Amino acid sequence: MTAAAHQLAPSPLSRRFAAPAAAGFDLEKIRGDFPILSQKVHGRNLVYLDNAATSQKPRAVIEAIVRYYEQLNANIHRGVHTLSVRATEAHDAARQTVKRFLNAGDAREIIFVRGATEAINLVAASYGRTHVAAGDEVLITAMEHHSNIVPWQILCEEKGAQLRVAPMDDNGELRLDEFEKLIGPRTKIVAVTHVSNALGTVNPVREMIERSHRRGVPVLVDGAQAVPHFAVDVQALDCDFYAFSGHKVYGPTGIGVLYGKRALLEAMPPYQSGGDMISSVTFEKTAYNVLPFKFEAGTPDICGAIALGAALEYIDGLGMDKVAAHERELLAYATEAVGAVSGVRLIGTASERAGALSFVLGGVHPHDLGTILDREGITIRTGHHCAQPVMERFGIPATARASFAVYNTKEEVDALVEGIQAAREVFA
Amino acid sequence: MNDLSELYQEVILEHNKAPRNYRRPQSANRQAEGYNPLCGDRCTVYIDYEGDAIREIGFQGSGCAISKASASMMTQILKGKTKEEAVKLFEQFHGLVTGNEDALAHAEDLGKLKVFAGVSKFPARVKCATLAWHTLQSALESKPETVSTE
Repeated sequence: MTAAAHQLAPSPLSRRFAAPAAAGFDLEKIRGDFPILSQKVHGRNLVYLDNAATSQKPRAVIEAIVRYYEQLNANIHRGVHTLSVRATEAHDAARQTVKRFLNAGDAREIIFVRGATEAINLVAASYGRTHVAAGDEVLITAMEHHSNIVPWQILCEEKGAQLRVAPMDDNGELRLDEFEKLIGPRTKIVAVTHVSNALGTVNPVREMIERSHRRGVPVLVDGAQAVPHFAVDVQALDCDFYAFSGHKVYGPTGIGVLYGKRALLEAMPPYQSGGDMISSVTFEKTAYNVLPFKFEAGTPDICGAIALGAALEYIDGLGMDKVAAHERELLAYATEAVGAVSGVRLIGTASERAGALSFVLGGVHPHDLGTILDREGITIRTGHHCAQPVMERFGIPATARASFAVYNTKEEVDALVEGIQAAREVFA
Repeated sequence: MNDLSELYQEVILEHNKAPRNYRRPQSANRQAEGYNPLCGDRCTVYIDYEGDAIREIGFQGSGCAISKASASMMTQILKGKTKEEAVKLFEQFHGLVTGNEDALAHAEDLGKLKVFAGVSKFPARVKCATLAWHTLQSALESKPETVSTE
């Protein structure tokens, strides 16, 4: 068997794409910032291409976590002692960082949650339950992750409302005309992914938001697969809610963000209840706390928020435009190189894509490909990517997905291509 | 032999390409559908089970090479076996693919199925190798279907 024996010569494609990197973008230095990348897996250099599942963490984030527990740890918002004050200040500063990162107008519009999933659940449970009634409609798209389907499905079932789904075409592009037609007089909220996790499609969310607003319908954007790859400006988008997960944008797991327009958040009932989200409690009546605390019941993941702040500072420090340019070039290179392998069918060929490259290889099931690549140290995701309706749309049970981050290189794409070819030989 | 070639043995690759008993036997009176929600693999096992014997067996579905070859070879070995024999084989097979030392010591009892020993080095693939067997178990425990006489 040849699978483990391949060594790589630079491909002609690699040389052709070997354009000088953007000024001030030092890929080697960036790779050095991520300790995990220097390890070997099965005796091979780790090629980490599963960033859409979770990204690796730069030293700045790991150090923020260590520093928090070694120097700052205390509960926030309730102590008069020095540690509590410092921890509270660090937590507040992280919220300010998120506000700047999304260009939100007000830090009170930034709610810390566990991740994009919880952010969407919060909106479905709080805004949804208040505004969606029997006979109303919730509009999503055909390329949503399960986390932006199921909360709405549950809401619709509970209320006797209808879930409508805007279709996509064979390239995995949203049918904007069909989307617009589906915004009806009973549509109470639109929930749409910014970037598809399974296909990499970048949706025209600004246009979608404008068309929804023209009919008075608010829009939630699931930005989990967008914020790691390009700058997001929630005010320019004019979205009503924006959700993302910290761990996909170089932060730790267990922390995420819901941005919401202040007027909407003010009017919404609490999602969870308990400590921290109240201003006063008697057995007769509870007065809720102000934003953002109304939506942050219980002791939050203090360290997680601070470490997320460190992650956003890190990526922002590299320059989001440079990050986006590097990743755009890398994805174009990977699309051409992987697409050129005999037997490969790309799943998702939208004109605007970011982050992920999904494909199937004739005669080789994605899992077998995943196992063979893993033995080469190459980490990809195989399966339905928590987007079963997307798989169904393309008539396949699963895909192989390579997904990229700021630290990935063309050499790693070459290794992937070589691995795919090796897998073909195993199954020839 | 490296881990990969131990996993993807020629016999397994061959069964993946040309799975045996890949059909619903006409006399089938019980069936069960197995589904692995994690990877989307599906497998339907059909049996003609009468008088405590698996008289006929077939399967259909979609999945990786390991799951397909495992289903294919399972149907070969189980034809004519009793429920008790089938359950015992599954136990031994499960031990084999999870690297249970006792099962490895008695791998000979599994006949051709011992080519799946390589799976034990790939814990993430155990569920692929056992999907058909789990499905078979549900089929054996299911109620017989009304057999159409047409």
